Amino acid sequence: MSMFKIFDISGSAVSAQSQRLNTVASNLANVDTLAGPDGKAYKARQVTFQTVLMNTGDGSPGAGVKVSGVSEDQTPGRRVHEPSSPNADADGYVTYSNVNAVDEMVNMISASRSYQNNIEVMNTAKTLLMKTLQMGQGG
Amino acid sequence: MINRLTDTLDFQAQALSLRAERQRLIASNIANADTPGYVAREMDFARALREATGHATGPTALAATHPGHLALPTGAASASGLAYAAPSQTNLDSNTVDMDRERASFADNSVKYEATLRFINTHVKFMLDAMKSANQG
Repeated sequence: MSMFKIFDISGSAVSAQSQRLNTVASNLANVDTLAGPDGKAYKARQVTFQTVLMNTGDGSPGAGVKVSGVSEDQTPGRRVHEPSSPNADADGYVTYSNVNAVDEMVNMISASRSYQNNIEVMNTAKTLLMKTLQMGQGG
Repeated sequence: MINRLTDTLDFQAQALSLRAERQRLIASNIANADTPGYVAREMDFARALREATGHATGPTALAATHPGHLALPTGAASASGLAYAAPSQTNLDSNTVDMDRERASFADNSVKYEATLRFINTHVKFMLDAMKSANQG
């Protein structure tokens, strides 16, 4: 019964999207993180999605999603002139993380919409399967 | 005679499994809406149903001119009839999933799946009614 595979497919997408939401959350949490003593501030993280083919048993394709990797944004962090800060360097600058809050918010909305989409797909598949189970019972 | 009783049912059963397959296909597309490089796929339902019920005509049917020729797999499970959806708007990450179209196809397919189910249920009910003797009520 190929409809059962929908739960695997949409489930993999939901877990990939929730991992994306997780990285957005850690990026947003670190938006104002200062560089530590080593001079390196938090770097924004970004997940990469990849299609994973699923064995559906009957040879027809089913395509799920997986997170193939988490990459760090290598752009230099934001430098702000704050001579009074205990973390300031010799020139009076402190380095913040390179997280762009606007990018992260956009990313968050996109991830949450995709998450909702996949949940709705699963709900519809569940309704259809329940009706299939009642096949031939009069009704 | 028993064939005639089940012929309609068989057709609807093929249609139902094809609908389930298309549902899964669309679910795959929706799941991969954010995957870079993913190419959306779509099913030519009418053609797939013709092939599944053995009414394939024209270029989709292969001629067997040699005893060693293998027949195309028939039945709902065959992956033929799958095509790549043409992108309506190009994307920077070359993903061709058009979410509006996929959602519309998904809703359309759900309704038609339910319709097929209802056809089957009604057919079963008709047959049961016909089998009942007149004095049983």
